[in-house]
Amino acid sequence: MTRLGPLYLIVILALLMAPLVVVTGVSLNSAQSLRFPPQDLSLRWYGALFQQADWLGPLRNSVLIAALASLLAVAVALPLALHVWARGGWLGRALYTLGVAPFMLPPVITALGFLVFWVSLGMYGQFSATVISHAVFLVTLPLVTISLGLQAIDPALIEAARVMGATRGKVLRTVVLPLVLPYMISGYAFAFVLSLNEYIIAYMVAGFTVETLPIKIFNSLRYGYTPIMGVVSVLFVVIAVVVFCLIGRFGNLPRLLGAERIRD
Amino acid sequence: MKAVQQKITPGWLGAIPAAWLAVLFLIPFAIMLSVSVAHRVPGGFFEPGFELTSYARLFTPFFGRILLTSVLVAAGAALICVALAFPFTVVLTGLRRRAQTLVLVVLLAVLSLSEVIIGFSLSTLLSRTAGVGNLLAWIGLTEAPQAYTPSLFALMAGLCYLGFPYAVLVLYPPVSRLDPELGEAARIMGASPLRAFVTVTMPVLRAPLAGALILVFVFTLGAYLLPQLLGRPRHWTLSVHITDQAIFQSNLPFAAAMAVLLLLVALAMVGLALLLGREKGTPA
Repeated sequence: MTRLGPLYLIVILALLMAPLVVVTGVSLNSAQSLRFPPQDLSLRWYGALFQQADWLGPLRNSVLIAALASLLAVAVALPLALHVWARGGWLGRALYTLGVAPFMLPPVITALGFLVFWVSLGMYGQFSATVISHAVFLVTLPLVTISLGLQAIDPALIEAARVMGATRGKVLRTVVLPLVLPYMISGYAFAFVLSLNEYIIAYMVAGFTVETLPIKIFNSLRYGYTPIMGVVSVLFVVIAVVVFCLIGRFGNLPRLLGAERIRD
Repeated sequence: MKAVQQKITPGWLGAIPAAWLAVLFLIPFAIMLSVSVAHRVPGGFFEPGFELTSYARLFTPFFGRILLTSVLVAAGAALICVALAFPFTVVLTGLRRRAQTLVLVVLLAVLSLSEVIIGFSLSTLLSRTAGVGNLLAWIGLTEAPQAYTPSLFALMAGLCYLGFPYAVLVLYPPVSRLDPELGEAARIMGASPLRAFVTVTMPVLRAPLAGALILVFVFTLGAYLLPQLLGRPRHWTLSVHITDQAIFQSNLPFAAAMAVLLLLVALAMVGLALLLGREKGTPA
């Protein structure tokens, strides 16, 4: 590889970061304007996010929905991944496909499906409807990470535990679960970040009653831009970077994303 | 999925996710299907029935224009994304693990960003008061700062921004599986790096590349906010119109019919992409 390769990489990465740099700059304006470079640096809008009730509500909704939905997603993904791993078969394959499907399709389809579903149940516009919808939509992420973790388990370990007389339940609890716990956590983290950023499903299911941060930003865009939107964007970028850095630090990010050959 | 010898999970365990997904994923689709043939009550909701009125609307010029716009916009974005992402991924997989992890963190962070935030960031970057407009005026290329949004250019830039990390991550596994010795052999035989890339690396990865093209196409087809934030109404894609019909025009049957069509198209394309991906066993 010549020097051209890394240069290309850096140029593209710089382009990817350019909008984020501008948004960060904009969020530091002291006046309610979107100037870049910012004028009179101030953290005023950062304080505003946590003080203004009309932004604090959506912030609380977003975090709560993301935390609960990801928990639910992991709770469903774990038995699914275990079943596929230990038993396979057509049911396993079908379930796995079903678990991965919501993620492969344009989200509008899933969103509209949920809309008519919750309307039929009379739960349209409820907080729990958004949580459950997100949990179903995001089940793919923990499913993929946990499955990877299970495949990495050495079958000899399980055999050894069985030979020593451990019951099935005991093997699951004392051998399998501790080994896949890191993968459960990274699956949870992936789902959490994506739920925070998700717009269309939250909007279609309960957009007018349960406002999340992305919905709030989009709604306020119509009345003009304020630096506070920049603040939310910065916050989301920081959360994503921290989460993925932690996964990269304590796990093997390249392998988690499907790489097979890595130079250390 | 190899281990038959280790049936260490109880048989009923699979029933939990099976019931969960059946109720919450399959039933919504079934309801959507039934809504798409329901009778629309103007100004209100819909009543159960069986009529193909909503599907008939799919054959009008109005819808034809939407479909053409969506396909052209998404296909253009997919082509640009994969063309940019492929060399990027090849360079990326050649890096050490630490550097790879760092780049992947950036890609994942961008990928997970809400479309709202991407739209907001790009419209700020392309606006009159911040970013590109200022820069060009400052250099002296334009007399006064100018806004570059909303426009088709802004929309394409947004879609590429959205699709690029996805394209890299789709290409990442097959490219990382590629034997580095292939390229080296070509180099030893006297091929320039570019020539080795075009004549060896690209043909070997033809199937995964086609698969990535299709997946990015489906992915950008799903964009629903960027066309509203960065484009003009005539650039609105199918996804935007589905939302519009469902929420603002209160025409759920028509929205459902469009969604069913989008679903069929997406399923067919994803299936094709997976088929193409399966043939990739040849290298390595």
